[in-house]
Amino acid sequence: MKKFFAQAYLWFLLAMLYAPILIIAIFSFTEAKVLGNWTGFSTKLYTSLFSGGVHHSLLSAIENTLIIAIVAAALSTILGSIAAVGIHNLYGRKKAVINTLNNIPMLNPDIITGISLFLLFVSLGITQGYATVILAHITFCTPYVVLCVMPRLQQMNPNIYEAALDLGATPWQALRKVIIPEIKPGMISGFILAFTLSIDDFAVTIFTIGTEGLETLSTYIYADARKGGLTPELRPLSTIIFVTVLILLIVINVRSQRAAKRKEATR
Amino acid sequence: MKQLLRFFLKRSTWSIPYAIFLVGFVVLPLILIFLYAFQDAEGNFTLANFSKFISSPEAANTFVYSIGIAIVTTVLCILLGYPAAYILSNSELCRSKVMVVLFILPMWINILVRTLATVALFDFLRLPLGEGALIFGMVYNFLPFMIYPIYNVMQKMDHSYIEAAQDLGANPMTVFRKVVVPLSMPGVMSGVMMVFMPTISTFAISELLTMNNIKLFGTTIQENINNGMWNYGAALSLIMLVIIFATELFSDGDGDRASNEGGII
Repeated sequence: MKKFFAQAYLWFLLAMLYAPILIIAIFSFTEAKVLGNWTGFSTKLYTSLFSGGVHHSLLSAIENTLIIAIVAAALSTILGSIAAVGIHNLYGRKKAVINTLNNIPMLNPDIITGISLFLLFVSLGITQGYATVILAHITFCTPYVVLCVMPRLQQMNPNIYEAALDLGATPWQALRKVIIPEIKPGMISGFILAFTLSIDDFAVTIFTIGTEGLETLSTYIYADARKGGLTPELRPLSTIIFVTVLILLIVINVRSQRAAKRKEATR
Repeated sequence: MKQLLRFFLKRSTWSIPYAIFLVGFVVLPLILIFLYAFQDAEGNFTLANFSKFISSPEAANTFVYSIGIAIVTTVLCILLGYPAAYILSNSELCRSKVMVVLFILPMWINILVRTLATVALFDFLRLPLGEGALIFGMVYNFLPFMIYPIYNVMQKMDHSYIEAAQDLGANPMTVFRKVVVPLSMPGVMSGVMMVFMPTISTFAISELLTMNNIKLFGTTIQENINNGMWNYGAALSLIMLVIIFATELFSDGDGDRASNEGGII
């Protein structure tokens, strides 16, 4: 009985969480301009989303979003991994200071990060565009990379690196053959985290994107919604994003559960 | 030359590029907010930006209203999210891990897409957009951020405490009140941080959910920055920073947010 109510409650919450996205998904299969009108089944919105033409700006916004996310995630993974190795080998006050600084972008609300970087760029007289958005994204992504890599370094036996040096490896070889393989899982989850954070971002982007007409998906949706009419093609797009994320997360979770089980079995 | 090489090979040296980056892109920008807030357009020291805020009823009202909305959202998220986290972490009540994924999933979808979906839902049900839609949308957007940290803490909870309480004769209600709730408090605190902070600082969501009828403090800041009133905007940002700093002290925030989010992958 108790279990029944518990389950019912969970399903009620899930219904609330998923009703909006379900409605979008259902109405992505009809042509009507206004959401809520069902004018028969059609996949026209899906084809017109990818055929470009009228909605070229939406496609280029998606492209910009992906390029920015990949570049920002790659650069913050590199910067963050190098920094993590450095911070791991620091001691005392220096370490405490840099860790505190590393926490600031994570604790700051997006709007503050956005405005502070906006003020930085305008007072230095830098024209805002691609470069400033990527720099801004690196700023709020790198701390998460550092946090993903750090635990791997702490688990690592510090003697292995020394042993490699004693056995005649150059520091560069020791880095490539010892440290990088150890921290690789942390770097990968850091990259994925940075990538999703960058794709999701709106508040920081809008302050650093400038006025040259550059658009990411978030700013496109925002501008579109402000004009009043939402582009119907946003419905299939949201549906695709939703399904992709759903599949990705389930695959990742099933895999990690299987790995955990295998680990237990071998014990 | 050799000394220079040794300096670069020392691994603690590798933190230097990031340290420089942090100073340039985190510390300096925050100092700029501070400087702009205490300057007028010509760059002279002034407190006019703050007195303008206090004396203008519109901005001050928006400020109070935003805090109100953020509190309502946070409380609703706790009321809805706490039982959910409890059920999800209890293996007798819920066995499926997929259920947990389903609750976390919305965190990974663009916030504007989610807001858009809420607007679509209200349109579809022919409900008017306004304050109700705003609160629903906020709860809808931030509920997963409340459930996840509480779930995380509850899952790691040592169940022998609960058994001990039961053995010592506590009834289920007492066990819940005296053992489960206090032990899950850190999760609730980081949930509060993760919900209260973004709700008080959002800007686009409120505009979309209320057809521009209700303004939140974040919107006021954004409008001022967009209209070139950088100094006033910076002063308002500084006020928001103070509020957030106060919340952080109150909830003893220690950067848990990151480890929570990082744990999902």
